[in-house]
Amino acid sequence: MTENLIENTSPADSQERIGVYVCHCGTNIAGVVDVVQVAKWAAEHLKHRGVVIAREYKFMCSSLGQELIEKDIKELGLNRVIVAACSPHLHEKTFRTACANAGLNPFLCEMVSIREQVSWVHNDKVAATEKAKAVISGGVERVRHHVPLEPIVVPINPATLIVGGGIAGIQSALEIADAGFHVYLVEREPSIGGHMAQFDKTFPTLDCAACILTPKMVSVGSHPNITLLTWSEVEKVDGYVGNFTVTVRKKARKIDEEACTGCGICQEKCPKKVIDNVYEAGVAYRKAIYTPFAQAVPNRPVIDVPNCTYYEKGTCKACEIFCAPKAIRFDQQDEILTIEVGNIILATGYDLFDARRMTNYGYGRLPNVFTSLEIERLTNAAGPTNGSVVLRDGKTAPKTVGIIHCVGSRDKNFNNYCSVICCMQSLKFAHLIHERTGATIYNFYIDIRAAFKDYDEFYQRVLEEGTLFVRGKVAEISDVPRMESEKGKLIIQVEDTLVGKQRRIPVDMVILSAGLEPRKDSKEVAKTFGISCSANGWFIEKHPKLDPIATMTEGIFIAGCAQGPKDIPASVAQGAAAAARVLGRIEQKQMALEPVRASVIEEKCSGCRICNGLCPFNAITFHEDRMVTEINPALCQGCGTCVAACPAGAITGTGFSNDQIMAQIEGLLMLNLEPEAVTA
Amino acid sequence: MTPLPKPKFAMYWAASCGGCEIAVLNTNEKILDVDANFDVVFWPVAMDAKYKDVEAMEDGSILLTLFNGGIRNDENERIAKLLRKKSKILVAFGSCANEGCIPGLANLSDSREIVHTAFNTITTDNPHEIYPMTSYDVPEGEIHIPKLLPVLKTLDQVVDVDYYMPGCPPESAQIAAVIDLVVQVVQGKAELPPKGSVIGAGNSTVCDECKRTRNVKTIKTFNRIWGIASDPSLCLLEQGIPCNGPATRSGCKARCPKAGAQCIGCYGPAEGVVDYGARLISAFASVLDAKEPEQIDRILDGLVDPTGQFYRFNLAGSLLKAGVPAWKAESTHKKEQA
Amino acid sequence: MTESFEPTIIGFTCNWCSYRAADLAGTARIKYPPNVRLIRLMCSGRLDPTFVFKALANGADGVMITGCHPGECHYIEQNYKALRRFQLMRRTLQGFGIEPARIRLVWASAAEGARFASEVSSFIEEVRALGPLHWGKNNTIPTPSTETTIKEEVPA
Repeated sequence: MTENLIENTSPADSQERIGVYVCHCGTNIAGVVDVVQVAKWAAEHLKHRGVVIAREYKFMCSSLGQELIEKDIKELGLNRVIVAACSPHLHEKTFRTACANAGLNPFLCEMVSIREQVSWVHNDKVAATEKAKAVISGGVERVRHHVPLEPIVVPINPATLIVGGGIAGIQSALEIADAGFHVYLVEREPSIGGHMAQFDKTFPTLDCAACILTPKMVSVGSHPNITLLTWSEVEKVDGYVGNFTVTVRKKARKIDEEACTGCGICQEKCPKKVIDNVYEAGVAYRKAIYTPFAQAVPNRPVIDVPNCTYYEKGTCKACEIFCAPKAIRFDQQDEILTIEVGNIILATGYDLFDARRMTNYGYGRLPNVFTSLEIERLTNAAGPTNGSVVLRDGKTAPKTVGIIHCVGSRDKNFNNYCSVICCMQSLKFAHLIHERTGATIYNFYIDIRAAFKDYDEFYQRVLEEGTLFVRGKVAEISDVPRMESEKGKLIIQVEDTLVGKQRRIPVDMVILSAGLEPRKDSKEVAKTFGISCSANGWFIEKHPKLDPIATMTEGIFIAGCAQGPKDIPASVAQGAAAAARVLGRIEQKQMALEPVRASVIEEKCSGCRICNGLCPFNAITFHEDRMVTEINPALCQGCGTCVAACPAGAITGTGFSNDQIMAQIEGLLMLNLEPEAVTA
Repeated sequence: MTPLPKPKFAMYWAASCGGCEIAVLNTNEKILDVDANFDVVFWPVAMDAKYKDVEAMEDGSILLTLFNGGIRNDENERIAKLLRKKSKILVAFGSCANEGCIPGLANLSDSREIVHTAFNTITTDNPHEIYPMTSYDVPEGEIHIPKLLPVLKTLDQVVDVDYYMPGCPPESAQIAAVIDLVVQVVQGKAELPPKGSVIGAGNSTVCDECKRTRNVKTIKTFNRIWGIASDPSLCLLEQGIPCNGPATRSGCKARCPKAGAQCIGCYGPAEGVVDYGARLISAFASVLDAKEPEQIDRILDGLVDPTGQFYRFNLAGSLLKAGVPAWKAESTHKKEQA
Repeated sequence: MTESFEPTIIGFTCNWCSYRAADLAGTARIKYPPNVRLIRLMCSGRLDPTFVFKALANGADGVMITGCHPGECHYIEQNYKALRRFQLMRRTLQGFGIEPARIRLVWASAAEGARFASEVSSFIEEVRALGPLHWGKNNTIPTPSTETTIKEEVPA
């Protein structure tokens, strides 16, 4: 029942042969910490704890530094290594590899930080040196309890699941499928295409969105390596990297997809009109049986059951009557599919900020206030107005238009972040609307963000076209006139900060460049796939600078706006990057997982089930028959929460075991020193 | 041929309640096996013997000593050391010797205040403030009574212990089983477990022996045992009754949960556990159904006296061992003496 | 509680957020007092109260527990378990007479190096004001030769 791990061992008894390496890091460490003294101290005062050699060297991470370690392992028979240097996040792998090269299991090497956490943050050289000693002492005690570990190797299923059929998802799907591997593309709407399919022109090239998107959509639809599951959703994900089992609900289209020819008669004949809030952003109708747009892939309609007269009253059936190939199936049920994949890419896109929340802008109350997506539909040649930009009455062209940037973005009351694309989109609208109507365009901005290739040139062009720019956050849009000239107009009240005056600008049409937000269900989706969302709701990448398309969960990748607002080229690049990463994994056929894992000691487990609800990765299962809990090592991510929670101490964790941490505490508090040697 | 002398047996009580002795007697006829197989040389509750008799014995001559009770005063310590010297196998018997048990709760107070309170409670009139003295001169010489130690210690905090038998008291059936084992060992028919082992107890926790149904746990509120009409077939913890069973060593056949009461933890921690209370704090807290600090506080308000809940039996054997007043008294007292 | 009391603080950081915040404080050369010694865990959910009690019993005057902000845990929601354990631990420690202010819970994201440093600094000062815990350096237990009587005289 002793709780101290420091037994009274003499050097002869100690089986551990520990090498301590203290890095100068040039003057980064040595300038504050007396590294020579520290190394000497370790050799002398930790000798009885197994330290057989302690060196200091200018740059441990250099090849010469690593060779020092390798040489000592071979010649001195070291079986544990401590490197006191920079952060393990930088060089843990370096030193582990050096150990492995010399024949020592890489997990018998531990790095302690005396740079980021000592020399760079403390001024007092004496105190910093003492702290460095304590840190090394902690490391030495800890590493004594390290055991050799082998990575867990799992096979990689070459099939891939991509969730979300927007431009990012489409790009990923094509890259992987073209490389010869199978892709399941799951899309919740009846057609792929995402938000890009709603746009008219794309900045800065003013390419027609549909023209550049539809060829890719068609490729996806006809690709032999892509199983396209539209009108479908992922319900459950089990398994781990290389071996995911995904449950997909293929919602009933109420159409026999094989028999249907996509002729479109059913939509023509359907008498029920429904406001299309998805594709048409609420500015047009569709029918109760519909394909979202003409170039839909797959070109197969779905029946909107809640709005269909047949399901409501049992009558109509116009679609069935007029369907030549008899493809209508009113009784069709949802299908549950189970697919096995090795990797998953989430490209679920964004939702538009609900501009109704900014009541001072009057969206939803004042008819001629529009959102950006509504304007995309108006400017679209295939849209409800055939490309004419008109007011809500459907016929009057505006003479003056106000475009407001940053609606719901860069705003502490709503979303603090910048939505990246709204400035360019606003400039695009300025250009398109002026071109089509000759209207006077005002852009109300905070800053103009036109950072990428040809973007600023586009801004300059729009300036030259005579667009008027007012730097100020619009306070209010009102239809209450204060003077004759304001009657019948929408008045934009704004502080023109460059002039230093309040202005009231009457316009016919207001366009709100609403910001991009994560999908409403992004948190639930994240949970389903076992990844995290940031506080804002965007999926969290592994590293914001160096690894934006991976997540902390092995095998799950993210691409496009699901990771954060971005423009089309960036979404495409991310989609391709995620695909490349997945292809690399598939090519390697197997993967080594970090062996930091928890496991249950069955004899000690009494089946209390306290741990059962603690694992967000579903690694913990309870066996009713044996009344014991088991942890799946491949699913386990090594967080250690269950290890800490088990009341019987029946769960152990490799890599961060109780013994290691308790020993490190003793070492940090210098309990391991022989009485005369106690310092601070 | 003279028969081989029977091995010697001793049992001693330090700071304890006597329940362990009763538990031994509760083994009923088994006690006759003790008598048949051992020469009982020292057992204050059951026979007359003096300390000097023990002092006169050869070192290591007592084969088996069951030592129950915590080390509260210097007499306890002296006899613990004495019996260690004279015994081959010293067993920390019962919760007091293992981990302090109830007497160990005194470690939350300054020991001088304990004396003060004992001699000045509501039921004691002590107008002249008379307190015991540890030594006093009388015409016949100097007389002593034991000195209170600043904190109660467990047996293994003063001497090397060979085996541990937990429980408050250890279950009589378990005692009987241990007696059987030792008899077998003496007869050369069995091996003793490795030194330092826990004997007379299970290898798991109380949940292993509890027949109640268990589901995935969440705690929405803590209830007192008398506060709700509990379901006898369902895990008590799931009903909000703070049952220490999941962290408590098995061996008692889940007596208390079977009777409708929560386990209070008298069998001590599971194998290898360093701090019993920490395990329970971690386990209970992990399954609270709350995410906001205020919500968590509200649920925890229902857990009255967490120190008592988690450390009722093993305060003296925990990592912290005692409360600040006990330690502070020690350091100020040392300063006074200097 | 003399002027020269230097508290010893043991800090637990999580590999993904708060350890990186500590690193960031270093990279940005933000200075804080050297009284804290950090231990890296994979997650604040790994924080076993045993570690806290061990640190306090073995010479630490205060313990700092750090992790990712709620909702941002690398392992989804394990920091909530750390939060719950922290609150129950503090209540239990109060029964031992240990001031609740001796253990502090800090959420810090990988980008909050400056905040990490300032929390450490303020915690060190707070513990300094509380004074040493004096639990018994090197885990010694007082020797039994102390007197416990209050009065030496028996009145006539």
